[in-house]
Amino acid sequence: MSIGSIVFVLLFAAAVWWFARNAAKVRRNIALGRDEDRSDRPGERWGIMTRVALGQSKMVARPIAGILHIIVYAGFVIINIEVLEIIIDGIFGTHRVFRFLGGFYDLLIGSFEWLALGVWVACAIFLVRRYILKLKRFAMKELDGWPRTDATLILCTEIALMSAFLKMNAADQVLQARGVEHYVVAGAFPVSSALLVPILQHFSTSGLILIERCCWWFHIIGILAFLNYLPYSKHFHILLAFPNTWFSSLRPKTEIRNMERVTGEVRSMLDPSVAPPAPAPRTVAGAEVTERFGAKDVFDLTWKNLMDAYSCTECGRCTSECPANLTGKLLSPRKIMMDTRDRLEEVGRTIDAKGTWEDDGKSLHSRISEEELWACTTCNACTQACPVNIDPVGIIIDMRRYLVMEESRTRPALTGMFNNVENNGAPWAFAQSERLKWAEQ
Amino acid sequence: MSALQVRTMADFAASGEVPEVLFWVGCAGSFDDRARKITKAFVRILNAANVKFAVLGQEESCTGDPARRAGNEFLFQMQALNNITVLNGYGVKRIVTACPHCFNILRNEYPALGGSYEVMHHTQFINALLQEGRIRIEGGSFQGKRITFHDPCYLGRGNDEYEAPREVLLKLDAALVEMKRSRAKGLCCGAGGAQMFKEAEPGNKEVNVERSEEALALAPNIIAAGCPFCNTMLTDGVKHFNKEGEVQVKDVAELIAEAGEL
Repeated sequence: MSIGSIVFVLLFAAAVWWFARNAAKVRRNIALGRDEDRSDRPGERWGIMTRVALGQSKMVARPIAGILHIIVYAGFVIINIEVLEIIIDGIFGTHRVFRFLGGFYDLLIGSFEWLALGVWVACAIFLVRRYILKLKRFAMKELDGWPRTDATLILCTEIALMSAFLKMNAADQVLQARGVEHYVVAGAFPVSSALLVPILQHFSTSGLILIERCCWWFHIIGILAFLNYLPYSKHFHILLAFPNTWFSSLRPKTEIRNMERVTGEVRSMLDPSVAPPAPAPRTVAGAEVTERFGAKDVFDLTWKNLMDAYSCTECGRCTSECPANLTGKLLSPRKIMMDTRDRLEEVGRTIDAKGTWEDDGKSLHSRISEEELWACTTCNACTQACPVNIDPVGIIIDMRRYLVMEESRTRPALTGMFNNVENNGAPWAFAQSERLKWAEQ
Repeated sequence: MSALQVRTMADFAASGEVPEVLFWVGCAGSFDDRARKITKAFVRILNAANVKFAVLGQEESCTGDPARRAGNEFLFQMQALNNITVLNGYGVKRIVTACPHCFNILRNEYPALGGSYEVMHHTQFINALLQEGRIRIEGGSFQGKRITFHDPCYLGRGNDEYEAPREVLLKLDAALVEMKRSRAKGLCCGAGGAQMFKEAEPGNKEVNVERSEEALALAPNIIAAGCPFCNTMLTDGVKHFNKEGEVQVKDVAELIAEAGEL
């Protein structure tokens, strides 16, 4: 085995190991949530995943962004077939090991080149939309700092990777044409031959070998680095989009989940012979978590809420359709998801540092204000708009439940409404005995 | 106009009869002056179609929707369990309501607490009556009018019913014009999630003004609604633009009752 092969194998193994380690942490964090069964009707679930994640059906609701995204997505998925070849070549020191496929290989490499160009152009347009056209949903304050840097890094990395891929191919084909040893003739290069070969063909053979090798290493190291970047980034959505859509809610969007424990309490209030349910505290990450009414912290949300948070890529379609946000209110469904994820990451870091969960005096409510929560109309425009079926409304309702039932915090007018419902059976101060008055007039 | 024929579930039970359907009037439909007109229009349609329906009258109580959406799960479940006791006590099987919030909660959220019914929104019910020929209407008086329909979130996005109200409106022979944000992309009126019962949080515009502006841009004669809360919000929005003289906000049931001269 050559030194190159040994270095490659070590790098590859380290990258896979580090990624697996971080992915396991994400999995552990998601499992901090409460249990919820989302495994019924598997046939329907496979259908949703196929349409929504694989088929990108909700992306094209906005045609420009949707089609550009499909190009990047298809490029990402298909060009990764090439990565398989790169891995084999890297381990065995071969060159274009799949060339035995003949004409089909030419077709593959040719289409990879077109896709690479497509990805390059689409990412460039995405940067233009963000920084020159300054689309509102990308210019919002909640993206200041790391989220905006994250987005820029992702787009620039993809452009750099595609550039390296095309440059590698261009150098390779000049070397192939010159009959240089190791560079056996294989592949068709419709894009790089037109764009880059006219420049590279003036280079010396040794210079071209250097360029080809540098680009090859840059491309594969870049991909391994990018893989390891995912768990630190919103870009993790490229993996979680699939399970997240599979586990979508199959219920009507405006249906709110029943709280079984409250049912037990209420039944015992209505009938004293029924015993109230005993609280069932859970042990998560080595610590006991009190059972609460509603959501104070990430432990009180379901694992699906938490998977939603990790699946969000901050595209902001939810926020751009939210009636509260459109009319200048503080609420942004995207921020709800980002705050949930950031809080979950914070909890995860504490668990990493201390080996078990220790209360840090903070919660979801440290990040999400009452003003945001009370601005929601539960209209579900956000859940409708989300390309990967994230549900911010469920989190908002559970956080409202905590405020009302555990902290007795609400808006003054809502207290009046509660009193009316409790005393008169209507949200207004009318007597129940007058319910049929309309029929008399 | 003949007097409304309304019987309660208690009347039916006393005479040993079973109604075809229970009309769940809802709090707005019972108490709100504007929404009462919708209730009466729907009853006139039911009467004209000879539908044997009942109401709960004094035995009806808030479904608990605003309480649940405002986070008060205890109050919601108290309301729901009491209502379910009443409904199951009468052996109710089918319910129709003119409020999408009652519709959603009765249809989707009562089953988990032991109350399973076939629940219809009044636009679905009216649509069925028209299709079965139990009522007939002439669109004459609406010819040449422009109508735009505002999708209630709890009927449309919430329960995927976009067509029934439109099919009913098409019977009016008017021009049905669509807002850009309609059907699954419909913009909320601003009342959902218990907002109806509180001040809006600070912002730079009211949601109902945003929505009414969009509707008014189509220069409609009528903005059609299918929810008493949307109706209130849009009526206020139209007033905000001083257009109440030219543009009416009407429930689908009112338009049908008017067209049928019921």
